[in-house]
Amino acid sequence: MSVAAIGAGTGSKQNEPPQKTGRAWLPYLLLLPAGLWLLLFFALPLVQLGATSLYDPTGSLSTGYAMTWSFGNYPEALDAYKWHFLRSLGYAAVATAICLLLGYPLAYAIAHRAGRWKNVLLVGVIAPFFTSFLIRTLAWKTILSDNGPLVEALRTLHLLGADGRLLATPTAVIMGLVYNFLPFMVLPLYASLERLDQRLLEAAGDLYAGPVSTFWKVTLPLSMPGVVAGTLLTFIPATGDYINAELLGTPREYMIGNVIDSAFLVRLDYPQAAALSFLLMAVVLLVVFVYVRRSGTEEIL
Amino acid sequence: MSGDLRLTNVTKSFGPFTAVDDLTLTVPQGAFFALLGASGCGKTTTLRMVAGLEEPSAGQVTLGGTDITRLRPYQRPVNTVFQSYALFPHLSITENVAFGLRRKGVKNVAPQVEQMLSLVQLDDFGGRRPHQLSGGQQQRVALARALINHPQVLLLDEPLGALDLKLRRQMQIELKRIQTEVGITFVHVTHDQEEAMTMADTVAVMNDGRIEQLGAPAEIYEFPATPFVANFLGQSNLLAGTGGLARSGDDLSITAHGSRFTVPAARSRATGDKIYLGVRPEKLHLVTSEADVPSGFQHLTGTVTDSSYVGVSTQYLVRTAWDTELSVFAPNSGLGGSLPPGAEVTVAWNPAHAFLLDRLDGAGDATHALVEERA
Repeated sequence: MSVAAIGAGTGSKQNEPPQKTGRAWLPYLLLLPAGLWLLLFFALPLVQLGATSLYDPTGSLSTGYAMTWSFGNYPEALDAYKWHFLRSLGYAAVATAICLLLGYPLAYAIAHRAGRWKNVLLVGVIAPFFTSFLIRTLAWKTILSDNGPLVEALRTLHLLGADGRLLATPTAVIMGLVYNFLPFMVLPLYASLERLDQRLLEAAGDLYAGPVSTFWKVTLPLSMPGVVAGTLLTFIPATGDYINAELLGTPREYMIGNVIDSAFLVRLDYPQAAALSFLLMAVVLLVVFVYVRRSGTEEIL
Repeated sequence: MSGDLRLTNVTKSFGPFTAVDDLTLTVPQGAFFALLGASGCGKTTTLRMVAGLEEPSAGQVTLGGTDITRLRPYQRPVNTVFQSYALFPHLSITENVAFGLRRKGVKNVAPQVEQMLSLVQLDDFGGRRPHQLSGGQQQRVALARALINHPQVLLLDEPLGALDLKLRRQMQIELKRIQTEVGITFVHVTHDQEEAMTMADTVAVMNDGRIEQLGAPAEIYEFPATPFVANFLGQSNLLAGTGGLARSGDDLSITAHGSRFTVPAARSRATGDKIYLGVRPEKLHLVTSEADVPSGFQHLTGTVTDSSYVGVSTQYLVRTAWDTELSVFAPNSGLGGSLPPGAEVTVAWNPAHAFLLDRLDGAGDATHALVEERA
């Protein structure tokens, strides 16, 4: 390059590679379909939703909605459903923690101990996606039902009282969340643990770190990107989920997703539904922001 | 000795493959010991068994009289410098070096880390991450991280393999200096014979899971024990002959390719009649006529087929009457002229520089170095 530039003499444009100028628009062209898609199906609906959340709360489908910049919709909605918000965050946090505890050993085993069964096990993790989310959750309804063998066994073992039940309890909702979101935890953990250099574990052992110490000082810190990605991919959709609470719980277990669902489709209170949606987004963004800052993964990445 | 590392009848098999075969070896305390061999000869497996990263299929490993065969790696007073360095990417250089001390519960690690970083001349690098360092610097961090624990034995698994030639030479001298300074037993695994000879005071040449020869570098080089050693550690002209037991006085009288030669009996390792007569290429002298052969030297005649000028010497190939090409290294000392290909020459050597080895029945001349790839 520099040799050619010297040979070319004093031309002021010699630093610009000539072929590249003609294709400067190429990256934008490649971004165009995705950009249009985002604009049509994300940005515009988001603006629309934001506008809806500020409509006159006294309006209805029959009388029509007036844009009155009713910011009061937000504190009202938050006040009315703060327990649903807290319940959603609580259920999602517990489910995420259980997913992490179950998913980490599983992902580690698949990445480093499975040998030639690795691909079979990975397919096993993904296989539930071949049937619908709804059908699988309905199946849990059968498994957890009061007359089912599981409840019967737990009663026999006195782990449940004589009239104890699983269905329609917070336990059932959390179990459903764990089941449905476990693959979202396992896959990023697997990707992260798969890259873990076994030689680093040998080195830790050589430097007097026992298995426990090696895990805390080497394995876990090096898999933090996977832990962060997995917890986010589990926590965010679990917070907004409403299927599990709907099918495996009762109104006492309803999460914020159920409230939004009914506000939009049953009560037809569009301004409140939109305000709740925005509040949920804000809460999730806040939690995620604090979490990512706290976990300090930018150093690892 | 109290701190000797001793391997007794150690065998390691991976399924049907025997990587290390009934190996018995003693490394004296404070020695710089090199395990030299081609890839796949079992040298790294041997090292890993000492580190505790592989468990021997049979045999015993003792250190200073204590049986450590079944101890986990973290229970052994042994540290390793890995071929890949295996530095922890999420820790700073300081924390990498301090890792072992922290695991042992040492509270104030800073002075020792500082001292160790200065030993490997990386004083101002403590705050950096491994990926911000060059290969040679990472290598020195790996060394410091192992040495700071004052192991009884330091194991080095081809630690210089990833460095370029110049840096490798520099690090060889550096490692030797540090070993002298700290006085810890070093067991160094390498496939680079020059590296082994430069650094180690004892070299064990391994082949097929066994030790072919063990001794001081000069001793092995001057009087190799097997044809493998003769052509792995440097290069030798091995001529097939007979008469390994034909003793006359202090000499053995042998026949090779129709000519008779003598070799001092002390320079023979032959146990049967079939022998190799070996002479190192630099021990061969080229003269233009038989009249110029120094007295007491032996000789044969041939034709120069190739000459390569390599700076310090010129390497000739001389074809004998029976079509074997001998290697001859002539120093470029300015005394002799160069010989063109096609020249008729006489190749002469001092019988005290020749050696006799056992030869397998039917094996022919062997005059080429066993080429090992450079990592």
